[in-house]
Amino acid sequence: MSDKYFGKPVKRVEDPRFITGTGHYTEDMTLPGMAHAAMLRSPYASARIVSIDATRALAQPGVLAVLTGKDLLDAKIGSIPTGWLLPDLKTPPHYAIAPEVARHVGDVIAAVIAEDRATAEDAVALLDVELEPMDAVALGSDALAPAAPQVHPEAPGNVAFEWEIGDAAAVEENFARAYRTVKLTLRNHRLVPNAIEPRASMAQYQKASDEFTLWTTSQNPHIHRLLLAAFVLGIPEHKLRVISPDVGGGFGSKIFQYPEEVIVLHAARKLNRPVKWSARRSESFVSDAQGRDHETVAELAVDEHHKVLGLRVKTVANLGAYLTTFAPAVPTYLYGTLLNGTYRFPAVHAHVTGVFTNTVGVDAYRGAGRPEATYVVERMMSRMAHELGIDPAEFRRLNFIQPDEFPYQTPVALVYDSGNYEPALDQALERVGYAELRREQEEARARGRYIGIGFSSYLEACGLAPSKLVGQLGAQAGQWESAVVRVMPTGKVEVLTGSHSHGQGHETAFAQIIADDLQIPMEDVSIIHGDTGRMPYGWGTYGSRSAAVGGSAMKMATAKILDKARRIAAHLLEAAPEDVVHEDGKFFVRGVPANSKSFFDVALMAHLAHNIPDDMEPGLEAQHFYDPKNFVYPFGTHVAVVEVDADTGRVKLLKYVAVDDCGPMINPLIAEGQVHGGIAQGVGQALLENTVYDEQGQLVTGSFMEYAVPRADDLVQFDIGHTVTPSPHNPLGVKGIGEAGTIASTAATANAVIDALAPFGIAHLDMPYTPERVWRAIQAARAQTQQAADD
Amino acid sequence: MNRVPINLNVNGKATRSDVEPRQLLVHFLRDTLGLTGTHVGCDTSQCGACTVHVDGEAVKSCTLFAVQADGASVTTIEGLAHEGRLHALQEGFWEMHGLQCGFCTPGMIMSAADLLAHEPDPSEEQIRHALEGNFCRCTGYHNIVRAVRHAAEANARGASSEPVVAADD
Ligand code: FES
Ligand code: FES
Repeated sequence: MSDKYFGKPVKRVEDPRFITGTGHYTEDMTLPGMAHAAMLRSPYASARIVSIDATRALAQPGVLAVLTGKDLLDAKIGSIPTGWLLPDLKTPPHYAIAPEVARHVGDVIAAVIAEDRATAEDAVALLDVELEPMDAVALGSDALAPAAPQVHPEAPGNVAFEWEIGDAAAVEENFARAYRTVKLTLRNHRLVPNAIEPRASMAQYQKASDEFTLWTTSQNPHIHRLLLAAFVLGIPEHKLRVISPDVGGGFGSKIFQYPEEVIVLHAARKLNRPVKWSARRSESFVSDAQGRDHETVAELAVDEHHKVLGLRVKTVANLGAYLTTFAPAVPTYLYGTLLNGTYRFPAVHAHVTGVFTNTVGVDAYRGAGRPEATYVVERMMSRMAHELGIDPAEFRRLNFIQPDEFPYQTPVALVYDSGNYEPALDQALERVGYAELRREQEEARARGRYIGIGFSSYLEACGLAPSKLVGQLGAQAGQWESAVVRVMPTGKVEVLTGSHSHGQGHETAFAQIIADDLQIPMEDVSIIHGDTGRMPYGWGTYGSRSAAVGGSAMKMATAKILDKARRIAAHLLEAAPEDVVHEDGKFFVRGVPANSKSFFDVALMAHLAHNIPDDMEPGLEAQHFYDPKNFVYPFGTHVAVVEVDADTGRVKLLKYVAVDDCGPMINPLIAEGQVHGGIAQGVGQALLENTVYDEQGQLVTGSFMEYAVPRADDLVQFDIGHTVTPSPHNPLGVKGIGEAGTIASTAATANAVIDALAPFGIAHLDMPYTPERVWRAIQAARAQTQQAADD
Repeated sequence: MNRVPINLNVNGKATRSDVEPRQLLVHFLRDTLGLTGTHVGCDTSQCGACTVHVDGEAVKSCTLFAVQADGASVTTIEGLAHEGRLHALQEGFWEMHGLQCGFCTPGMIMSAADLLAHEPDPSEEQIRHALEGNFCRCTGYHNIVRAVRHAAEANARGASSEPVVAADD
C-alpha cells in the first residue's frame, strides 16, 4: 500500500465531462423510434375517479396510447411495495396509476404516450376525466382526529404504525427526581428535496428476447430492478437491466421506486417502442418523495449538577398518502435510535405514530430521521442551558460521553463504537472566536442589534448497515455492498461497484483507494457504477454508506488481488510468497529489489497463464461482498452565527463553523464539498424552505416561485475543520460525511436564531425563520412585555 | 403545427432550421441540435440550469422561444472552450471542486462568464449576487465562489488553461 492518493485533495476525474457539457443524464438520451409519456395528475388531494374518456386524446395525430389504473390492473401490474416492515404496519396498496381513488395532489390518474413530448402533454389536456373531490387531510395531527377523512380503508384512524423505543418507566423515574425539566412542542416542517435534475426514465423492450432496459435517475439501480421485476411488473429479474447514468443529485429522493418507471416499462412492452418520461419541475414538487414533517413534544430533565437525567419524546410522523421504499424506517429506526446524541442520557423514551395523509409520500431526505432527531436533542440541550442560565457549549461539554466510555451502549439500542467529542467542540469554539463573539453579542444588543450563536454537537449513525441487525428491525433488503476488481492483461484495472455516484465523486475517491493499494497510477483505474448489466449485485448509495461500506468492499477485493498477484510474482521469482514484498509498484524478494516483477508483468502472466502455479486459476479478478459489523458514528460541533433585524424580522447568516469527524478523509476536497452542500440544505430548512399544504391538501408551495431553495446570496463561505477518530471496525477507518452537514446545521441555525431572540423573551419559535414569522414573534413578545409593564 | 424557418449561429456554426413557433430555445438546442449540455431544471425560469449566451449576454434559454433568437449568435457550454483550451471558468470549477453532480454547472459557468465579462475582478458579494439566479443544490455555493475567483485571478495573470483534449482523456 502507498499513500500517494489517499487523503489528498485530488481533482475529480469526472469533472471534464461535466464542465464541457458532455455528461450523460437520462433526459439527454434518445433512442430510435422513441415515444414520450406524459402524466395526468390529480388536481385534488382526495378524489374518486368516476370516469376517464380518452376519445378526444386518442384522436389526436401522434397519440399512441392512453393508460389508466384499470389498464395496469388488467395487465396484472402489482402494487409498489415498501422495503421496510414494522410490527403491525398497515401497507395499503400503492398502484402506479390510481385505479379508483387519487390520494394526493399529483397522484397519477392516467398516462398518455405519444410521438413527442409536446403531443403527449397536449393530449393530457384532452382527457375527459370526471373526478369527485372528497374531504382531505394534510397535517399529521389532524389526520389523527376522530372525525378526520380516512386516507385508506386499510388503515383505520389513518394510523400506519405505532412504534416505541427506550424504557418509559426509567424515564418516568428519572423525571420524578429531576432538578429542572423543560418541555417544547417542536414542528420539524416538511421539505422538498429538489435535486436540480428532475427525475426521468426511459424504457426499451426487446421483443425477440423478452428483455427490458430501463435508464432511470436512480441512486440504487439494483433496488429498482428488484422491486420492479419481482414485485410490480413480474418480469424475471434477469430480463430487466437498470442503468442509472449521470444523475444530477439525489439527496434521498432518487432511492425510491416511483410510478413513472412502471408506466414507461409497461408502455414500452405494450407499444414495442422505447418510451421516455421526464418530470417537469412542477411534477417533481408533487411526486418526488418529500422529507421530515414531524410534530413532536419533547421533555428533558436534569439533576442539580446539570447532568441530564432523561429525554422523553412523542412524535407524530406524517408519511403522506403512500408508504414509499424506506418510509417506515425513517421516523423510527433512523430517528428514535439517534435521540441519545453525543450525551450520557441515562434514560430515553420515544413514541412515534406514523400517519397517512393526503400528501406526497415522505421518505429519506438527506439525513433521513437523523436531522429530525438531532433537531430534538440539540434544540432541547440549548433550551435547557438557557433555562439553567448556563453557557450552551459548557452544558454540552458537561454531558458528553467521555472518550474512555466507548464502546458506549445507549438507552436507545445503538452501540457507539468510538468518539471523542470535546476536541471538536473546542476547535469549533476557537474557530468562531467564541469568547470575543459573546462580547460582541453583548455590545450589539446594547445597540439594538440582535446577534445569535447556535450550537449543534451532533452525532449520526450511518454506513448502512449490518444486514443481520437491520433484518431484525424490519428491513426487507440486505445492506452489504459488493465490489469486483478486474485486472486486465495490460495491468489496467476496472472496478465495478454497487455504490452509485450522483455527485459524490466516486470515480475519483474510489480510484484513490485502489491505486494506492495496487501501487499503480490512478489513471490506470476506472470506477464503473450504475448498471445492473455490468456490476455485481449491490444496494446503492444512501445513508452515507458508499465510502464505509462500498469502499470497504473494494479494499477487501483489492486485498484478494494483491494476494494472488504476490503468489504469481513469487512463482516467477522462484521464491516463497511470504518472502515477496510489494513496494514502489514492484514485487521482489525482500532485500533484492533489483530482481523484480511489475504489476503489469504479473497481470500479463495471470492472463497468459503460461507460467503460474499448477494449482492456481488463471486470471486476476476478485469479488468481495462486505457486510459492515456496525454502523459508523461521525460526529462534530457546528456553530451558526446569525443576526436578526428586529424591524423587518429578516435573519442573516453571518458566519458558519463546522468541525466534523468522519475519520480519515479519502479526499478532503470531496469530503468538504459534501459538508458545504449539507450545511446549505440544513440552513435552508431553518431559514428558507417550507412545504405548505392548505387544509384541502393543495400544495401551496409547488414551484421555485414559492419554495425557497437557498441561493448563492443567502449563504456565506463556511469555515470547515476536522478531527480524526477512525472507525475501529472497517478496513479504511472511514465514516460517512454525505449527510452530516445537514444533520447538524438545521439545529445549529435554529439555536442561533432563538439565541438572537432571547432578549425579547422568546424561548422557542418554529422554523423556518422567515421574516414574517420572526417579525410577528417579536411584535407579540413586545406587546406582551408592554402589557406586563402596563399591568 | 406550422413551422417557421430560423437562422442561428450556434457555437460559431451557422444553422438553419424549421421550428414550431412555441418551441423554447432550450429545447431547440437540446432536441434539435443535440446540445444536451444545456439543462432544464425548472419550468418557472428560476434555476438557471438552461443559461446560454445570446449575442454575448447570459440568457435563461427556457425564457425565450427559438424563433425569438432568429438571427442571433448563441454560445452554449459546448462552445465555451476556445481554440482547444478550457475556458478559465471551466478550469476554475474543476480546480476548486465547484461542482458535484454537474447538473447546474453548465448554466452556472455561463452565468459566471457573463459576470466576468462585465466585472473581471468580482468580490465574493458580487459573485453571490450575480449567481443568485442559478440554483445549485450540491455545493452550497462555497466552492463556486472560489471557482469564479480562481478564474478571475487566472485571467488577471493571463494564465492559459488546460487543453480540452487532455480534459477529455
Ligand atoms: S430551466 Fe431555465 S431557469 Fe430553470
Ligand atoms: S453540482 Fe449538483 S446542482 Fe450544482
